[in-house]
Amino acid sequence: MELLNHLALGFGVATQGINLLYALVGVMLGTLIGVLPGIGPVATIAMLLPTTYALQPVSALIMLAGIYYGAQYGGSTTSILLNMPGETSSAVTCLDGHQMARKGQAGAALATAALGSFFAGTVATVMVATVAIPLSELALKFGPAEYFSLMILGLIGAVVLAHGSVLKAISMIVFGLLLGIVGTDVNSGAARFAFGVPELTDGLGVVSVAMGLFGFAEIISNLESTEKRELVTAKVRGLWLTKEQFRKAWPASLRGTALGSILGLLPGGGAMLSSFASYALEKKVAKNPDEFGKGAIQGVAGPESANNAGAQTSFIPLLTLGIPENAVMALMVGAMTIHNIQPGPQVMTSNPGLFWGLIASMWVGNLMLVVLNLPMIGIWIKLLKVPYRLLYPAILLFCGIGVYSINNTNFDVSQTAAFGLLGVIFMKLECEPAPLLLGFVLGPMMEENLRRAMLLSRGDATVFFTRPLSLVMLILAALLLLLIIAPAFRRTRQQAFQEEE
Amino acid sequence: MNRIRHPKDFVAGLLFIGFGIGAIAIGSNYALGTAARMGPGYFPRILGILLIVLGSVLALRALRLNGPQLPGWPWKPTVIVLASVAVFGVLLNYIGIVLSTIFLIVAASAASHEFRFRESLVSGILLSALAVGVFVVGLKLQLPIWPAGF
Repeated sequence: MELLNHLALGFGVATQGINLLYALVGVMLGTLIGVLPGIGPVATIAMLLPTTYALQPVSALIMLAGIYYGAQYGGSTTSILLNMPGETSSAVTCLDGHQMARKGQAGAALATAALGSFFAGTVATVMVATVAIPLSELALKFGPAEYFSLMILGLIGAVVLAHGSVLKAISMIVFGLLLGIVGTDVNSGAARFAFGVPELTDGLGVVSVAMGLFGFAEIISNLESTEKRELVTAKVRGLWLTKEQFRKAWPASLRGTALGSILGLLPGGGAMLSSFASYALEKKVAKNPDEFGKGAIQGVAGPESANNAGAQTSFIPLLTLGIPENAVMALMVGAMTIHNIQPGPQVMTSNPGLFWGLIASMWVGNLMLVVLNLPMIGIWIKLLKVPYRLLYPAILLFCGIGVYSINNTNFDVSQTAAFGLLGVIFMKLECEPAPLLLGFVLGPMMEENLRRAMLLSRGDATVFFTRPLSLVMLILAALLLLLIIAPAFRRTRQQAFQEEE
Repeated sequence: MNRIRHPKDFVAGLLFIGFGIGAIAIGSNYALGTAARMGPGYFPRILGILLIVLGSVLALRALRLNGPQLPGWPWKPTVIVLASVAVFGVLLNYIGIVLSTIFLIVAASAASHEFRFRESLVSGILLSALAVGVFVVGLKLQLPIWPAGF
C-alpha cells in the first residue's frame, strides 16, 4: 500500500499544470530530436540544461527526462518511414520496420512501435517505483569503500556501451576522471589544473564537456560528409494492427519489455543495448527466423519496447544509488547538482515530491507520446525536409546561447568550443566520448570516497577486499572485464592468424 | 612508418600518454599526502600513471595489430564551426543577441558545402527574432538585446 501512496504523491506532482506542460515540452523536443538524425539526446539535454535554471527542480528534471524517452519514440518513426535511424537505439528497427513500410504496412509498424513503447513505459514506471525503495535502503548501508567499488563496477560496466576497443574506453574513463577533478579540491582548498584561470577553479562545466564532445563534434563530422540525405516518404494509412499482427506482436513486446527493463538496470545499459539485445532474442525465439529482415512485426515490437523500457529503468541506479550509468544519466547528475540536489539514496526521503513526481511523470509522458505522436507524424516528416545547411547553424545558436547563459560569460562558450575540437580528435581516433563523460561526472565523487575509505582504514588498501559488499562488486567488475576482453582476444588472434597466411 | 600498423590506436595511445604526463607534471607541486591522508596530488597522480600505462599498451599494441589509416581532417568545418561559436560568445557581451545571432548563423553556414549567403542571412534574421522571443522574453535570461548604448 505504501507504493500506492507514493505513486499517488507522484501523480499529484506530475499532474500539476506546470509539470504537465514541461513534460509535454520535454517529450515533444525528445521526439523532434529523435526524428532528426545528427543530434542526439545527450547534446539536446546539454543544450537545454542551462535554460532550466529558472524552473522548479522537479519541472526541470521532468522535462529533461522526457527528452530521453521521447527520443526513443521519435527515432522509431524515421527508422520505419525512411530507413534512417534518428537515434542509434532505433537502428535495429530499420531492419524490419522499413521493410514493413515498403510492403504498405507502415501504419501497422508505427502503431506497433508506439503501443509497444507505451506498454514498456508503463511496466518500467512500475518497476522504477517498486525497486527504488529497497535499493535506496541498500545504498544507505554503503560506506565509502562500497561506494568506491560500486563506481568501479559502474565504470567498467559502461565500457560495454562503448563499441570498439575496451582499452580505449578505459583510457577515456581515466581521462574523464582527471577532467572531473579540475578545480578547487574540497579538502585542501588547493586549485588543481586551473592554470591560474579563475573560471577554472570552479571546475569544468558538464554542459560544456557534453555539448562539445557530443554536439559540436557530431555537427562537424556531419558537415564533412558530402552525401545528401534522401527522402522517401512512404504513405501512411491505417494506423492499426490486424488481429494476426497483434497476435504476433504482443509476446515480442512482452519479451522486449522484460529484457529492456533488466538491461536498463545494468551499468552501461540503457536504450541502445536493450534494443540490440531484444532483436537478437526475437530472431532466436521466432518460428520462422527467415522472416526477419523482410518485415517481421516481432522485429519492431521487441526492440521498440526494449529501448523504451531500458531508457526508463536506467534512471534507477541514478535515483537510488546516485550513480549514472550512461551519458544521458551523467547529464542528469549535472542537472540535479545545478538545482542543489545531491543525487543518491537520500533524494527519496529528503525530496519525496521530486522523486515520485519524476517517476510518475514518465508514465504521463508516455501517455502523451502515444496520444500525440501518431497524429503528428506528418509534421515530423515535414521537419525532416528542412535541409541540414539551415538546421545546424540553428543548433549551434541554441547551444551557444544555452552555454553562455550558465554563468553569463563567454568563457564557457570558448571552453565548449575547445571540447568540440577534442571531440573531433576523439572521433577521428575512434574513441567513444560516453565513458569520458561518465568518468568526468564521477571523478570528484570517486576521489572523495577513496579518500574517506582510506582514512577510515588508516591507509590500508585491503579494505576494498575485506568488506563483503565491496568485494562482491569488485569481483563482478573483474568478471565483466574478463567477459568483454575475451572476444577481443579472439579477434586479436584471428588477425594474427591472417597475417601468417 | 611501416612499423605502425594501427595508426589510429597509436596516435590515441600517444595522446593518452601525453595527458598522463601532463597530469603528473602539472600536478607535481600538489601535496601528495599519505595513503591514509591523501593530499590534493594523490588521486591525480594515480590517474596520471594509469593513463600512461593504458596509453603505452595501446600504442605498443598498435605496432602489432592492423588497423585503418588515419582519416583526413575536416579542417574547414572544424575551424569555421568552432571559431564562429567562440566569437559569438565574445560578441554577445558587446553587440547583443540580435546582431551576434545573425553573425553566428551566417558565419557558421559558411562551413557547409551548400552555403548560400542570402539564405543564411534570412535564416539569421528570423532566428534572432526567435532567440529574443524564446530566451529573453520567454525564459527571461539576462542577455543584452542590442549593442550597449542603444
